[in-house]
Order: sequence, then structure tokens, then C-alpha cells
Amino acid sequence: MQQILTILTNKPLTSSVYEMTLSGNTDKITGPGQFVNFKLLGLYLRRPLSICDYGKNYLKVIYKVVGKGTEQMSKMLPGEQLDVLLGLGNGYDLTVDTKKPILLGGGVGTPPMYNLCKKLKELGKSVTVILGFNTKEEVFYEEEFKQIVDKVIIKTADGSYGEKGFVTSDFSHEYDYVFTCGPEPMLKAVYNTTTTSGQYSFEERMGCGFGACMGCTCKTKYGNKRICKDGPVLVKEEIIW
Amino acid sequence: MVDLKVNLAGLVLDNPIVPASGTFGYGEEFASLYDINILGSFSFKGTTAQERFGNPTPRIADCANGMLNSVGLQNPGVDYVCNTIMPKMKTYFNKPVVANIGGFSIEEYCECAKKVSECEQVGIVELNVSCPNVHGGGMGFGTDAKLVYNVTSAVKQNCKKPLFVKLTPNVTDIKSIAKACEDAGANGVTLINTMLGMRINLNTRKPILAMRAGGYSGKAVFPVAIRMINDVYNTIKLPIMGCGGVETAEDVIEMMLAGATAVQVGSANLINPFVCKEIIQDLPIVCKKYKIKKLSDIIGGVNG
Ligand SMILES: Cc1cc2nc3c(=O)[nH]c(=O)nc-3n(C[C@H](O)[C@H](O)[C@H](O)COP(=O)(O)OP(=O)(O)OC[C@H]3O[C@@H](n4cnc5c(N)ncnc54)[C@H](O)[C@@H]3O)c2cc1C
Ligand SMILES: Cc1cc2nc3c(=O)[nH]c(=O)nc-3n(C[C@H](O)[C@H](O)[C@H](O)COP(=O)(O)O)c2cc1C
Ligand code: FES
Repeated sequence: MQQILTILTNKPLTSSVYEMTLSGNTDKITGPGQFVNFKLLGLYLRRPLSICDYGKNYLKVIYKVVGKGTEQMSKMLPGEQLDVLLGLGNGYDLTVDTKKPILLGGGVGTPPMYNLCKKLKELGKSVTVILGFNTKEEVFYEEEFKQIVDKVIIKTADGSYGEKGFVTSDFSHEYDYVFTCGPEPMLKAVYNTTTTSGQYSFEERMGCGFGACMGCTCKTKYGNKRICKDGPVLVKEEIIW
Repeated sequence: MVDLKVNLAGLVLDNPIVPASGTFGYGEEFASLYDINILGSFSFKGTTAQERFGNPTPRIADCANGMLNSVGLQNPGVDYVCNTIMPKMKTYFNKPVVANIGGFSIEEYCECAKKVSECEQVGIVELNVSCPNVHGGGMGFGTDAKLVYNVTSAVKQNCKKPLFVKLTPNVTDIKSIAKACEDAGANGVTLINTMLGMRINLNTRKPILAMRAGGYSGKAVFPVAIRMINDVYNTIKLPIMGCGGVETAEDVIEMMLAGATAVQVGSANLINPFVCKEIIQDLPIVCKKYKIKKLSDIIGGVNG
């Protein structure tokens, strides 16, 4: 679970969002929707980030600079090493019965949609992707998604790019299942707007990230769950809203 | 060969390393990472008479050299622990375990102690007196020598295993509290529990923790723990399980010099899940460096 990974690239995608790729043993990662936990110099708790993409000896994360930890990461250079806990959380369940899944990502909830999109495409699904951002300057990964699937819609809250509105605005898409990740108000809107079952990825302040401290527990219809171990992905039917 | 064995109120541990309550669950997550039978023992998650969800989230805040938690004793309740978790624990841990119990009244503590001490695998019962007393206006049991005496002597009568009282550092005079434990018939004390702390989010100007304040633990509390352990060592004759900010084999030796017989490792497990394994591997090497042949010889060995 614990690995030392080496930074391959680290570059800005927007003025505050960065993409970092790393090399090293990633065998513990079992699927999209899982996360990793970074140990950073001089900071006590690790910083959790979703897996954006992974492969053999390869990991990619996308992060927004919001505080000390992400700030430190943004200044790191290729060749530098990081202590990472890998393969944390349950991840998205890809065995569900769906032919036309819709993927809804908001802001820095977009990254986990990327590998998920790849995997669903490989499984022969007809995937629709909708990504929501506040404004044009914040949009990232449109091209990357378009290289995997045709149906990629970008929404901006202020209408400065793509379609104006939220990921759930003018929701007339054809879909039979939902995969989503984003800020909680967005997840709630998705929960209320969509009519099918789906999988929702949550965030919580974490102590350990691997189920030991009970720092991240939430109540669900299926009992208490640790977001880090029994989540971060919950199915729509168990969410209490 | 360095002798790492220690005798904790009659229970002989292969080494003094005991993961602290609340940072090691019931051991299962760690057993999937390494063979936890290398540990001296471990103290399981604070267990109460009734199942508890605990406090609202956020329950965790990052700090310089430490963390705050306000988990609020989330646990599945003593019956579930005794009937479901303990039978399973045997499959991944084959040594006596430390049963940490919490409570909000003397009756609850007694019920819990009675039940856990009847479990075969429980070697020591550890009484967490840092909980608020619902019958005493919510004041922490552990902050008043008389209350500590009352709860300890009542629990002792219901406890079939050696009883350790886990002390809170949030007191003016730790010695009088430790003395009350000894007078009440405890077999040992564990210290320290977390220190009260608080953080504020600058953007929202709200406390980071939903409960406003929480318990501070981790590297930063180490010197506080060392001082309190030494104070208690100089005051009572009972064995001490030291706890607070331990991260390395050197820290273990320092804590034992202060007076600890066993050493608990808490928050460090959350950051480096392999920390206890690494400390146990390092101990013989560090002992050699400081010319220690028998680790138990150094307990309380600080000069001056
Ligand atoms: C499962 C999971 C996946 C995540 N994936 C991503 C991602 O792919 N991209 C991304 O940009 N961000 C992601 N986040 C949020 C990310 O963890 C935080 O932005 C980051 O920890 C902030 O650290 P900091 O030191 O820069 O900020 P600070 O505010 O200085 O951090 C202080 C403390 O608060 C915690 N914290 C702050 N914000 C959050 C948050 N939103 N969620 C949980 N803990 C937080 C930090 O981990 C740290 O312990 C994810 C969070 C979780 C729980
Ligand atoms: C997340 C968390 C949960 C804890 N839960 C308990 C508990 O249930 N019972 C208890 O007696 N102490 C509990 N503690 C306190 C620790 O056992 C330990 O006394 C304290 O953290 C100081 O040690 P450390 O600095 O090595 O973490 C908890 C600590 C943390 C960080
Ligand atoms: S963060 Fe420790 S249990 Fe989830």
C-alpha cells in the first residue's frame, strides 16, 4: 500500500489546477474512483487525491491549489520523490448493468471521471460525459475526454464557455446509469435531477485514509460507512438526503 | 541479543510496543498490511456499553506536528465487540489484547468492564476516563481525583483482568489523579490521552471541527507526555503505559527512561501504517547504540 513514487511531470492546467504524473509500483490500485494519500514535507496528515489515471508503474492526479499541501505539490519538480499510500477506497463498481452511462464531473471532481471513462469505453459502453466548471478559465481536460468519447459536453456557470449552466441544467440526455464526483451541492443536484441508479463519490476530512481512525464516517441507509474505506463511492440507494 | 521483554502488571509482552486506542481499530486493517503478532499487544478502539455513531464530521483537523480529532467514541458497542469482533480477532492476533473502554456513567463503565474482562483474549482492561460524566454535569471523570477514585474502585470490582486507568493530560495536577488510581486499586495507568485543542478556518472563520474543539495528538505532544509520565513515575508504584507523540525507537527509549514500562503509539499509525513494525525492527539496533542489553532495565532510569 505504501510506495515511493517519482514525479515524471507536474504542470499547470489552469491558473490553480495542476496535473502530476508519477512512476513507480502502482499494483495496489484496483480501479477508477479509488484515491491515493500523499505525505508532504512538514505537514502532519497526508493529503488525499483521486486517481485520475493509472497504468502499470504509472499514476496521474489532478489537484487544485487550495492550501499548504497542494501549494507544496505545485512547486515540485520532475525527479522528486513522494511517499504515497495507494489503492485506497472502494472505487466505482464497473460490473453494474448499464449500456449508456452518463458521467457527471464538477470542478476538481472531474479527474476520477477520466480513467472511469476509459474503462467504461473499453467495456463497450456508450458513454456521455458532462463536465461543469464555474468559468472558462477553469475548464480543463475537454480534449482529453474527447479523445476517448464523442459525447463530451462542457458547462460553465457563467456561460463564458460551452453551455451555460450547471451539469444538471437542461437535463434531457439519454442515459441508464449515473457516475458522478464533485462538490456536495452538485452531487445533491445530480441526486435530485437524475432518475436512474448511480454511484456518487464523496469527500471528507481524513485522519488515515485506510479505515483505522473513524475520522470520516457518515450515516447511510446501509449503516455507518467510512468514506475512506467503505467509500468514497456510495450508491444512490444508500445515500440519506 | 537485546532482551525486549517487559512485564506489565503480570502480563509479559515480547516488546513494549502497543498501538494506542482509536488509531488501530480492532486491528483488522493493520493485520492485512503486516503480521501484527510482532506487537507487544494493541489497545482496541474505545468501546462503550451501547453502540455509538460518534460526533458529526468534520472530525479531523491537521495541525503542525499533530492533529485534532473529535471522533466521539464511534464504536459498535460492547456486545458486538465481545460476540462478533473478539472471536474474529483470534484469527489475526494471537496475543492478549488491551480492551479500552469508555463510558458516561459509573454504571456504563462497570457493565463494559465486566463484559470485556470476561473475553478470554483480553489481557488488560484500559479505562478511558476522559469522557464527560452525564450525571456530573458533563465534567470529565478524569479531571477530578475523587471522581477518578470512585469510577476506578467501582470498575475494579467488576473487572476480572488487570485494570489500567488512562489519564487525561488536561488537568493541573496529574500526580493527585494518579495517586487516586493507585488508592482505588488500579493495576496500572496509561498516559497521556489527547490534549484539548481547536483550529479555525480562515476563509469561513468557523472552527474546522464540527464539535468546535477536539483532542490534540501526535509528535508535538511528546515532551508533554514525557514530563507527565515522569511525574507519575515519581509519585506512584504502578506500572505505566506511556503514550503521546511516539514515532521512533529513540522515542520509545526516552519514554521508558521517563518511567514507562510499555509504550503506546497512536497517531503515527495513521500517517505511516507500518510505523510499529519499523519501531520494533529498529529497537534492537537503537538499544545497542545506547548500550542497553535488557530494555526493562531502563524503566524510570532518567538521571536526576
Ligand atoms: C477521497 C478524496 C479525493 C479527493 N480528490 C481530489 C482531487 O482529485 N483533486 C483535488 O484537487 N482535490 C481532491 N480532494 C480534496 C483534497 O484532498 C484537498 O483539496 C487537499 O487535501 C487540500 O490540502 P491542502 O494542504 O492544500 O489544504 P489545507 O486547507 O491546508 O488542508 C488542511 C487539511 O484539510 C484537509 N482538507 C482540505 N480540504 C479538503 C477537502 N476538500 N476534502 C478533504 N480534506 C480536505 C487536508 O487534507 C488537510 O488535512 C479529494 C479529497 C478526498 C477526501
Ligand atoms: C483518531 C483518534 C481516536 C482516538 N480514540 C481514542 C479512544 O477511543 N480511547 C482512548 O482512550 N484514546 C483514544 N485516542 C487517544 C490515543 O489513544 C492517544 O492517547 C493519543 O492520541 C496520544 O498519543 P499519540 O500522540 O501517539 O497519538 C484517540 C486518538 C486519535 C488520534
Ligand atoms: S480517515 Fe481514518 S477511518 Fe477514514
